[in-house]
Amino acid sequence: MSIKNALCAATALTLLSAASVHAETITIATVNNGDMIRMQGYTDDFTAKTGHTVEWVTLEENVLRQRVTTDISTKGGAFDIMTIGMYETPIWGANGWLVPLNDLSEEYDAADILPAMAGGLSHDGTLYAAPFYGESSMVMYRTDLMAKAGLEMPDAPTWEFIREAAAAMTDRDNEINGICLRGKAGWGEGGAFITAMSNSFGARWFDMDWNAQFDTEEWANTLNFYKDMMDASGPPGYATNGFNENLSLFQQGKCGMWIDATVAASFVTNPNDSTVADSVGFALAPDTGLGKRSNWLWAWALAIPAGTQKEAAAKEFIEWATSKSYIELVAAKEGWANVPPGARTSLYETPEYQAVPFAKMTLDSILSADPNNSTVEPSPYVGIQFAAIPEFAGIATEVSQEFSAAYAGQQTVEEALAKAQALTNDAMEAAGYR
Amino acid sequence: MARAVTTNRKMINTAVAWLIGLLIFFPILWTILTSFKTEAQAIADPPIFLFFDWTLENYSVVQERSDYMRFLWNSIFLAGGSTILGLIIAVPAAWSMAFVPSKRTKDILLWMLSTKMLPAVGVLYPIYLLFIQLGLLDSRIGLTIVLMLINLPIIVWMLYTYFKEIPGEILEAARMDGAGLKEELLYILTPMAIPGIASTMLLNFILAWNEAFWTLNLTAVNAAPLTAFIASYSSPEGLFFAKLSAASTMAIAPILILGWFSQKQLVRGLTFGAVK
Repeated sequence: MSIKNALCAATALTLLSAASVHAETITIATVNNGDMIRMQGYTDDFTAKTGHTVEWVTLEENVLRQRVTTDISTKGGAFDIMTIGMYETPIWGANGWLVPLNDLSEEYDAADILPAMAGGLSHDGTLYAAPFYGESSMVMYRTDLMAKAGLEMPDAPTWEFIREAAAAMTDRDNEINGICLRGKAGWGEGGAFITAMSNSFGARWFDMDWNAQFDTEEWANTLNFYKDMMDASGPPGYATNGFNENLSLFQQGKCGMWIDATVAASFVTNPNDSTVADSVGFALAPDTGLGKRSNWLWAWALAIPAGTQKEAAAKEFIEWATSKSYIELVAAKEGWANVPPGARTSLYETPEYQAVPFAKMTLDSILSADPNNSTVEPSPYVGIQFAAIPEFAGIATEVSQEFSAAYAGQQTVEEALAKAQALTNDAMEAAGYR
Repeated sequence: MARAVTTNRKMINTAVAWLIGLLIFFPILWTILTSFKTEAQAIADPPIFLFFDWTLENYSVVQERSDYMRFLWNSIFLAGGSTILGLIIAVPAAWSMAFVPSKRTKDILLWMLSTKMLPAVGVLYPIYLLFIQLGLLDSRIGLTIVLMLINLPIIVWMLYTYFKEIPGEILEAARMDGAGLKEELLYILTPMAIPGIASTMLLNFILAWNEAFWTLNLTAVNAAPLTAFIASYSSPEGLFFAKLSAASTMAIAPILILGWFSQKQLVRGLTFGAVK
């Protein structure tokens, strides 16, 4: 018996020493979002399982984007894992800057990743980043104000209904705005919203020859509809409102409806932060009957820069952080409402998660988004609220600045569209697309 | 009567000065107050000024999530190191420009200042590649050199202005008494320019402490100072203003205290030569 024990102890020691020999310290660049911060808190679980330790570099989203872009394009090697989005992944994958993730373990079950997410994080069918959490956009509305207005929100509303409901819910005397939407300049802020909205109005950024399409009736309809509705029922200064400003307004009961990221659902239904937590309903993002809704698709995903010396350890971390068992770990410690949403099919098959009020609408929104076929008329680009080409971020930031100036009344919608058309065509010509 | 008018005028001037001072200080005060609120109180509309349940929870969360002391030490190292290194180079440079000027001295001074007008992002990639090649990425030494270089024109200019105020005859007398260059710089010039050097050091220390472009772009884990610490609490998707305010308060506290105790030197340094 004692020999058996001694053998067991020796084996355990050997395994332990082998693990410690291969133990690495990996550096991860990430964003300061609630789910990411939560993950940092559970790093000890990863270390206990693998022996690897983790150094976190947490930065604001735009700073992070600049920082990791500089590092990966110069092969700086400062990070072993980068948190990137659906915009960067296919572009960087095509450039050969990322390690393909097509050899993840069977236990990981890569087939369980939601198809829309896997598609948006791949290039030529190869997965280059594993989704940590995914999101679409949807309508969040005040059930009490909707009832007071004598209206009932359909599961799949039209823009016309949204405009009527916004007007009916607006109560300027009590500082209640019928609708709150992003208007802030920036391709990831107001630019993302208006691009997704334009899809439902039949507009697109480019035709098949990469000509800008801002001179079309569809874009004029989109912008005029947005501005008219927001002028009538939106909050004062909406041209400078982004996600955080609208979240703040909604949580304080000053918005009848808010169309934004599905991830916001957990914020507005959290009674610790939201004064309207018990009276929030959800619906799909609106359409105009043309076959495309105005919801977007986004994922924050973990990718490994090509050239890292710690590829194996980095893959182990990605498998841990985006696994089913990580979701179960968070659910056990903090409840199902706090697990990272939108990445795995199996999550939405879990009965406990199905009981979360916004789970079904989040999944329906994600499933209804198709980045490979986002516009009514055919377009040459992949992406819903963006076009996955390197030039897009710069162009869209300038375009959204023109649009924000129109929302603020500094120029007309026609002037903003004319400027957007000219600057986009100039940039595309300079980049060699036209 | 004339005396009464003067007193009234003084009171008005004092009141206006306090008003302007409070106006400038208000954002810092608001940040400090917000750091003691809950996230819900931080975004309350109308804003809550003083009457709320004060909490230290944000500081506790920040302390738990981040290694504040590591960021603080890096800030001290970078600001202190770049200041000392800058002075070692700038004192001889300013001495030669002040006491042994050439035909091109003015042009050189203006050229040095013009380098401050170059957008930093324009040289990000060359510097980044250079750092990769030299193995200086995310190192305190590399960042100290960069911070020293970007502040060097200001140090040279300030010291030059100070040295110009010192009569050259004193240095000549020292030379006639047999002082060499080293003795002249160390035992004659430096003691006479101590107030100027002190204010230059302070200003440079503050500039290096607050620098947020290179310190974010050339660091990851090892050399990241308090600017990176603050950046880790900013988020466009989530309301974490109270925690961000707590992080900001912790980051500015050391420099605020330093500035408070050395305000006389700072004011003297910044206004030196303005009034004669």
